[in-house]
Amino acid sequence: MGIDKIWIFGEANGDAVASITLEMLAAARELADTIEVFMAGDGDDYAEELGEHGAETVYSTGDLDGGLQGAAVAAAVANAIAEGDVDAPDAFLLGTTQDGRDVAARLSVKLDTGVITNCVALEADGDELIGSEPVFGGVTDVRTKNTSGKPGIFLIRPKSFEADGVGGAEADTEDLDVPELGAVGAAKVTNSHVEESDGPKLDEAAIVVSGGRGLGEADAFSLVDELASAVGGAAGASRAIVDAGWVPYSMQVGQTGKVVKPTVYIAAGISGATQHLVGMKGSKNIIAINKDPEAPIFAVADLGIVGDVHKVMPALIEALKSR
Amino acid sequence: MKVVVCVKQIPDPADPGALDPESKTLVRDAKLILDESDSYGVEMALQLVDAAGEGEVHLVSMAPNNETAGLRTALAMGAASATLISDEALKGSDALGTAKVLAAAIARQEPDLVLAATESSDGYTGTVPEQVAALMDLPSVTFAKSVAVDGGAAKVQRQTEAGYDEVECPLPAMVSVTAGVVEPRYPSFKGIMAAKSKPVDELDLGGLGIDAGSVGWAGAGQEIVSIAEAPAREAGEVIEDEGDAYERIVSFLDDLKVL
Ligand SMILES: Cc1cc2nc3c(=O)[nH]c(=O)nc-3n(C[C@H](O)[C@H](O)[C@H](O)COP(=O)(O)OP(=O)(O)OC[C@H]3O[C@@H](n4cnc5c(N)ncnc54)[C@H](O)[C@@H]3O)c2cc1C
Ligand SMILES: Nc1ncnc2c1ncn2[C@@H]1O[C@H](COP(=O)(O)O)[C@@H](O)[C@H]1O
Repeated sequence: MGIDKIWIFGEANGDAVASITLEMLAAARELADTIEVFMAGDGDDYAEELGEHGAETVYSTGDLDGGLQGAAVAAAVANAIAEGDVDAPDAFLLGTTQDGRDVAARLSVKLDTGVITNCVALEADGDELIGSEPVFGGVTDVRTKNTSGKPGIFLIRPKSFEADGVGGAEADTEDLDVPELGAVGAAKVTNSHVEESDGPKLDEAAIVVSGGRGLGEADAFSLVDELASAVGGAAGASRAIVDAGWVPYSMQVGQTGKVVKPTVYIAAGISGATQHLVGMKGSKNIIAINKDPEAPIFAVADLGIVGDVHKVMPALIEALKSR
Repeated sequence: MKVVVCVKQIPDPADPGALDPESKTLVRDAKLILDESDSYGVEMALQLVDAAGEGEVHLVSMAPNNETAGLRTALAMGAASATLISDEALKGSDALGTAKVLAAAIARQEPDLVLAATESSDGYTGTVPEQVAALMDLPSVTFAKSVAVDGGAAKVQRQTEAGYDEVECPLPAMVSVTAGVVEPRYPSFKGIMAAKSKPVDELDLGGLGIDAGSVGWAGAGQEIVSIAEAPAREAGEVIEDEGDAYERIVSFLDDLKVL
């Protein structure tokens, strides 16, 4: 009994392995003897870093020539299992990211087994995995076990585990052949745009300052930018102002945006809707500025300021700058 | 151009019901409404058909008890017709089971384009659209923040962690849209009146030719083992700004030695 082998979907940001992948490696090390990574692109580029975090083997498809990862990676994995090129793992872990969701969904159809989504914790129960999902904005935990008799597919929310290198040896690399995809492989990326600003990355910064609709207008977001730079942090946003077009989606914090766990999170003019809270509740310290004393954000704040962002923030920026 | 939009009907988020620890299902008595997330797909479809100069928008929804209240809202916005799948055996369906049902219903429409939301407001698995695409052997683009159709292909701006990608995808295809892709219209009085007589084709599993064992609790392949209250985060100090609250923030940051 027990879990022998876990496969982790690998993602990368340029030359580096994505944090979510390293986080899942840390989680898997506690659960299984053998951990292998499957990914798009060239596994050789990441074998050292993945090995350092405990992966034994990296299976990779090679360049997808602009094709989206979902259909290609899932077909390659299903094919390798069906052809007997690899032994199927006991479970697949993928990050709750754009490509992670696509691959998980396509794989679930190929293997005809469901996906257990939004997991923030994992535990072994005999040779099956149980995933915990927070619902109703995190006030309730639902634990779900794979009972399909097939490898379970789990989608893991970023920042649920702490990435930690263990000094493992460079991973072996193997090819994962992508079969002829036909129509399903026809979606192609023709151009990529990067909207991230300078300074620390939103999901890595020690201090995050986020603004919401309470700022009143798009121009007032400069208060958030100025405060973030005064404290050496990153600027984030609620979905309300991303949808309104004030700031790009890459700055969104929450259920459909980024999960952040900084030392300090400062929420300015944000009400604290459950979908925002799931993205920042894990912060070590939370400061909220909101003019409504009843705003739900105060229920999670270590320091709550009932006040106007247009008064509190300029004074705060001024005080920090003059030090 | 025929566009099919997946629309989920959900309990009003203002009154979400509760999970019953005994039966491990969501207890929801109130009427269902159109998931706001799907109002963007409906609006996008209407605009694309408008831009194409011809075509129609068809809705597909799977819901308990032949519920049509949410569908009527989308019909009132301007969709032409709908398929509703209801069946006792669908209780407990996971995302894959739901996708099987939706895919079978959508295939009957032979659409050029299928739209869905990136994730629903109540389930937010975010996997249903891609599973539908996989079951229908369609290419797909998820996380669309802009969609245009041009010469038999969809041109999509797909959100990424760092910004967005421009993606081109030949039709037929599945595209899942994010909130903010378009501004959903409010149904007009005329639209609401017209919606009452628009055709809604009600089907059960037999009508779709789906085996009840592959969906619902029977097909889910996963079991909820516990539902428990999560440890709550303690609220801290809340102060009223008298013009000097900024000083309190500075000393809070100083104490943490993060500056
Ligand atoms: C499926 C789904 C996914 C979602 N995902 C996300 C997500 O990832 N991230 C996210 O953030 N949201 C998400 N949402 C949206 C979420 O439900 C809220 O609508 C959103 O977070 C609200 O943003 P807000 O707090 O900026 O705006 P509001 O809720 O409008 O709050 C504005 C706040 O500002 C305060 N205020 C007003 N004026 C001032 C002033 N002068 N000074 C100080 N305070 C002031 C008000 O008291 C109010 O509390 C999602 C929703 C759904 C349905
Ligand atoms: N029961 C349903 N009926 C119609 N569409 C659905 C249903 N469930 C999910 N969808 C579609 O899939 C999207 C994503 O849902 P989910 O995967 O549950 O987050 C929804 O916003 C809908 O567009």
